[in-house]
Amino acid sequence: MTLTTELALLAPEIALLIMTSIVLVVDSLYDNPDRVLTYKLSQLALIITTGLVLLQFPEVSTHIMSGHFVSDPMSAILKIVLGLMTLIVFFYSYDYLLEHELLKGEYFILMLFAVLGMQIMISANSLLTVYLGLELLSLALYAMVAMNRTSAVATEAAMKYFVLGALASGMLLYGISMLYGVSGTLELPALATYLGAQTEANLLLVFGLVFIVVGLAFKLGAVPFHMWVPDVYQGSPTSVTLFIGTAPKIAAFAMAIRLLADGLQPLAGDWQGMLIVLAVLSMAGGNLIAISQSNIKRMLAYSTIAHVGFLMLGLISANQTGYASAMFYVIVYTLMSMGSFGMVILLGRNGHEADNLDDFKGLAERSPWFAFIMLILMFSMAGVPPFIGFWAKWFVIKEVIAAGHLWVAALAVIFSVVGAYYYLRIVKLMFFDKPVQMTAIKSSQEMRMVLSLNGLAILILGFMPGFLMTLCIEAMGF
Amino acid sequence: MIEQTVFYFFAGLLLLAATMVITVKNPVHAALSLVLAFFCSAAIWLLLQAEFLAIVLILVYVGAVMVLFLFVIMMLDINLTVLREGFSRFLPVGISVAVLMAVSMGLVITSGRFTTGGNYEALKHAADYSNTRELGIALFTDYLYPFEIAGAILLLAIVAAISLTLRKRPDTKTPKVEKQVAVHRAGHVRLVRMEAEKE
Repeated sequence: MTLTTELALLAPEIALLIMTSIVLVVDSLYDNPDRVLTYKLSQLALIITTGLVLLQFPEVSTHIMSGHFVSDPMSAILKIVLGLMTLIVFFYSYDYLLEHELLKGEYFILMLFAVLGMQIMISANSLLTVYLGLELLSLALYAMVAMNRTSAVATEAAMKYFVLGALASGMLLYGISMLYGVSGTLELPALATYLGAQTEANLLLVFGLVFIVVGLAFKLGAVPFHMWVPDVYQGSPTSVTLFIGTAPKIAAFAMAIRLLADGLQPLAGDWQGMLIVLAVLSMAGGNLIAISQSNIKRMLAYSTIAHVGFLMLGLISANQTGYASAMFYVIVYTLMSMGSFGMVILLGRNGHEADNLDDFKGLAERSPWFAFIMLILMFSMAGVPPFIGFWAKWFVIKEVIAAGHLWVAALAVIFSVVGAYYYLRIVKLMFFDKPVQMTAIKSSQEMRMVLSLNGLAILILGFMPGFLMTLCIEAMGF
Repeated sequence: MIEQTVFYFFAGLLLLAATMVITVKNPVHAALSLVLAFFCSAAIWLLLQAEFLAIVLILVYVGAVMVLFLFVIMMLDINLTVLREGFSRFLPVGISVAVLMAVSMGLVITSGRFTTGGNYEALKHAADYSNTRELGIALFTDYLYPFEIAGAILLLAIVAAISLTLRKRPDTKTPKVEKQVAVHRAGHVRLVRMEAEKE
C-alpha cells in the first residue's frame, strides 16, 4: 500500500489535528469575547472530520501505518456516532458555559483533542496506539474537569479523576507490558495469532489479561472500580459531565472490542468469567445506590455504572452478534445520557445548577413539552417499550441467554426493574408534584431544537430498532 | 570482565540510590539521590550501547526534570510532619498492595518466559554503528503513527497546563504594551496657543 492511500485512510484524524491547531491559533490571536468564532470553527472541524469518515466508508478491514491503525466498518460507524455526539455536546454546552462564566477557548480545543484521542482509540490496531489514544483522551478530560478553578468540588473531582485515571493507565500498561513480553508483538491481530497457537495455559498471560481487564473496568467505571464516577460526574461543570458521560463511553467500548475481541479473543474463556462478575456487580451496585441519591447528576452517575454493567453483558458471549448487541447498547446509551444531561443544563438558570431532584418537581406545569421529552428519556433509560432503551436491553439479554448464562440474564432483568424505580420517580416528580418555583425556562432556540430532536430520536428509533441493529451487525463483519 | 565489574558497580549504586530516595528524611537529599539513580541507569544503558537513550536520560531527567523538582521542593517548603501523619494508618493497606505487587512481579519474573538461557551477551555493534540513527529510522517509519500521536499529546499537555494556570484577573495592574506602543501625540497632548503674558 502506497503512502498516499495510507494517508487518505488517515484523513479524518489528520484533518482533525490540523483543524484543532488552526482553532488554537485563531483563538489566541483573534480575541473574540464570547468565543463565537472558536465555537463555530470547532463545530466545523467536527463536521469536516465526520464528513471525511463518511466519504470513504470502508467495506473491508485495512491495516495501515505498519499495523498500528485499522480502518474497518466498525471504526467508521463509531467515528460518525462520535462526531455527531460531540456536535450535540457543543450545542448544549455553549450557553451553559456563557452563563456560568466558564467560557474559554480552551474548552473547545481540549474537547477536539479528546475527540482525536477517541478516534485513535477506535481505530487502534496495536497495544501502543490503544494506550496513546487513551492518554490523549484522559489528559484532555482531566483538564476539562479542573477548568472551573474557583470551585472546590470541581478541583476535588479533578484530583480524584487524575489520580485514579493514572492508576488505571498504570494497570493497563503493566498488563500490556506482560503481553508484549510473552508474545513479542504489539499488533493486536498478531497477538491473537500468537495466543491462538498456544496450547497450554500460561500464568503470565492470565496476569496480563487481569491487569488489562482491570484497566478497562476502571475506564468504563464498572464496580468495584467505579469510585471516581459519582464524584467526577457531580463535581464537574454539567457541560463537562455531559461530555464525559457520553462520547468517551463509545471510545471505551471500542477499546474493549479492540483489546478483548481483536487481540485477546483466544483467551475469551478467561475474560468471560471476569466480565460476568464485573457486569453483575455493576448492575447491582449502580442500580441500588442510585435509589438513595437526591442529586440528579450523582443519580445519573450511578445509572451509568448500571448501564456499563449491561454493556459488558453484551461482550460475555464473545461472538459477533454479542459484540453487535453491545455496540447497539453503547450507541443508544450515549443518546439517552446526552438527552438527560441536556435536560439538567436546560433547567439551570443564571448560574444556578438544576442538579437537584427537586428542580424537576412540577416540570409538566412549567413546560409540558420538555416534561414529555424527559419522560421519553427516563422511560427509555428504564427500558420500557417501545422506546429504544428497551430494545438495547432486549438484544443484550437475548445474547446472554443464547450464550447459556440464564441466571445472569435473570439478574439483569431483576436489576432493571429495581432501576426503573428511580427513573420513574423523576416522571412522578414532573407530573404529580407541585413546582417549587415557576420561573420560565429560558434557553436558546438552537438548544431547544436539538434537545427536542434528541428526545424524539429515542422515540422514533424505538419503532425501528432494526435499522440501527443492521448497522451494528454489519460493523462487526457479516 | 571489566564490563561486569562496571555493571555491578553501577547496578549496586543504583539500588543504593533508589533506596535512599524513599528512606532519607530530607526531601532535597531524596531528589539528589534520584539524580544519582538516573545517572547510574544512564551508565548501564551506555554499557548496552544505547548511547542516545543514556544521554537523553541525563539531559532530560537530570538536566530539566530534576532541577524543576528541586526548585519546587525548595519553594514549597513542605512540612514533613504533616506528610508523615497518615503513615501508620495507611501502613496495612500499603503493605498489602506492596506484597501483592511483589508476588505478581516475582511470578512474572520466575515464569521461565524471560530467561535468557546460559551466558547472555549484549549484542556488539561495529564502531561506526549509530544508535541515534537507528532509533530515528524506527521512529519515522514503523512507529511514525504512535510518534505523531505522542506529539499531539505534548501539544495537548501545553494547552491544558496553560489553560489551568494562566488566569487574567481584572484587578491586577499590568502594562498593556500594545496600547503603550499605539500612543499618538494627538490623543495625549493638546497644543494651546497662548498669548505671551506681560508682567
